[in-house]
Amino acid sequence: MQSEPKRPNSYRKGPDESGHFGPYGGRFVAETLMPLILEVEKAYLEARDDIKFWVEFDKYAKHYIGRPSPLYHAEKATQHFGGAQIYFKRDELNHTGAHKINHCIGQILVAKRMGKTRIIAETGAGQHGVATATVCALFDLPCTIFMGETDVQRQAPNVFRMKLLGAEVRSVTSGAGTLKDAMNEAMRDWVSNVHDTYYLIGTVAGPHPFPMMVRDFQSVIGKEVREQFADRYGGLPDTLVACIGGGSNALGLFHPFLDDPDVKLIGVEAGGHGVASGEHAASLTGGTPGILHGMSSYFLQDEHGQIKDAHSISAGLDYPGIGPEHAWLFDHKRVEYVSVTDEEALDAFQLCAKLEGIIPALEPAHAFAHVAKIAGSLPSDHHIVMNLCGRGDKDIFTVADKLGVKL
Amino acid sequence: MKRLAKTFESLRSQKRKALITFVMGGDPDVGTSLSILKALPSCGADIIEIGMPFSDPMADGPVIQLAGERALAGGCTIAKIFDMVVAFRKENSSTPIVLMGYANPVYRYGVDKFAHDCADFGVDGVIVVDLPPEEDQIVREALGNQFVDMIRLIAPTTDEARLQTILDGASGFLYYVSIAGITGAAKANLDSVRAHAALIREKTDLPLAVGFGIKTPNDAQEMSAFGDAVVVGSSIVEKIAQLREKSDRLGQDAPEMAAVLDHIRALSGALKASA
Repeated sequence: MQSEPKRPNSYRKGPDESGHFGPYGGRFVAETLMPLILEVEKAYLEARDDIKFWVEFDKYAKHYIGRPSPLYHAEKATQHFGGAQIYFKRDELNHTGAHKINHCIGQILVAKRMGKTRIIAETGAGQHGVATATVCALFDLPCTIFMGETDVQRQAPNVFRMKLLGAEVRSVTSGAGTLKDAMNEAMRDWVSNVHDTYYLIGTVAGPHPFPMMVRDFQSVIGKEVREQFADRYGGLPDTLVACIGGGSNALGLFHPFLDDPDVKLIGVEAGGHGVASGEHAASLTGGTPGILHGMSSYFLQDEHGQIKDAHSISAGLDYPGIGPEHAWLFDHKRVEYVSVTDEEALDAFQLCAKLEGIIPALEPAHAFAHVAKIAGSLPSDHHIVMNLCGRGDKDIFTVADKLGVKL
Repeated sequence: MKRLAKTFESLRSQKRKALITFVMGGDPDVGTSLSILKALPSCGADIIEIGMPFSDPMADGPVIQLAGERALAGGCTIAKIFDMVVAFRKENSSTPIVLMGYANPVYRYGVDKFAHDCADFGVDGVIVVDLPPEEDQIVREALGNQFVDMIRLIAPTTDEARLQTILDGASGFLYYVSIAGITGAAKANLDSVRAHAALIREKTDLPLAVGFGIKTPNDAQEMSAFGDAVVVGSSIVEKIAQLREKSDRLGQDAPEMAAVLDHIRALSGALKASA
């Protein structure tokens, strides 16, 4: 870890031209992939400056995804904790049930511009896989989803969904058969099919330009929150809370607020059995800087630089790394990163269902668990917005199993 | 003169092409791996490439992935690979050694310490698969300060503009990855390799090695026409994988070792025959 970095004039200007956020990010890929990654960057930068691209993005965002998602004042939760006002950004109401669809629509439009005819993606819990398969069905592109063997077994309903949507699901047996192995295998496929294939990465990770591009597409979340909050309550919220695996929903919420110093930003990592236990997925609070999957960032690794397997009850947070922009924001202390254990998330999952009639995904249940910790001690004029980034239908089997209920 | 340059110069004067053999360091165990290393030069390996195992080898096919898993399970680390190099150098001071691996273990070891140790223990070149020219400055400069070559890769997807970028910081030799794919994949199309190699030759005098997808003596012979060296990896590693079924810590004279070493001899024989 390095000494305290110098405060930048703006936290919203990254990455630099070479795709770095300070010492993080970059393009750590084999030469075979470099030309293609430069091509993706060029295509995205052109798209970003093309009003027609955003008109199309907005069209799908509104009529297909169902944006803007509501900003909901969770009054019962607020009452229950007896402190700060709690609001949910309802991205679980999106088509396919999570925020992943936001960057899938954006990236498939980029892939189309590039003339790519085949899409690949990695998935852990299957949410990104389902969202990718969804946009591939919509845009009529063949799609192969790489999913670790272990995850294929524990996420059978999502595997079936992807197949219904026309995707081929390839079970990855190398390594531990989880998300990081699926990402390795997707990279191997990409390097072998560079001419026709677009790799639709599922979070703000991977080589530049993916962390920037996915962030830009997900920033729709934070932009809407700014507007919705100002319209209804005036001003800005005081605290934003979001869960973090790779970090896409959190960065989507945080990014438009990074230069508002009065807005406190809290990222909640998956603490698994507790960071001290060594069995967790908290790359920032329990990891160290390293290089993997095309980027320099924080990873769970041993003293020899071998990557360790992550552990989380939530398959969507079960990744031993984190997007490079988060690594940079962590070093700058612009975002506070905390962790929540499996058990706390499981309690929050049930509490949210009972209090608000919303079954959250296990991922945002981590965020809610942290809200539960802080809300009571804050004054009633303090406003917390939490990203409810996915719905929990996919998790009922996992939760039932943990609670000893046979379905 | 550096060992790599000397080797290529001597082979050029004999009109011979170099056989570069890749083995994963510590596969299947550190003892057997050292026995294999020591035996390689006498079987005809001109340059030895030692893989540094990594948990997430994204550019490698199943054969080398499994070799890395065996090596890691056997407790192999970069420090142990340096120990192997030291032991090898006690008997051999002429065969160049190139370490090949991924950035994370090297960074974790410490880039400057890694470069120092390469120089101190007799490593001649380093290939870091996931450090393209855009990201290799830190490692390249550290190695350069110790007079160790950073070997750069060129791929079929590399266009002329990028080729120049790669050549601008290249030293030792150039490694042409003959297929857009992973190690152990099918052999490259010969016409494509011929065309790319010719383009590279036009722009540089650095020796050119061709690798990926080269498995048999016949493959080696065909591909050697386009460069100064061929790299053979997966087909050797596949034979090493079978050693594991038998016993640990084999010496180079163990009968089981014959299958590995005969393969190297056949590869070398094919290159010498075409000289």
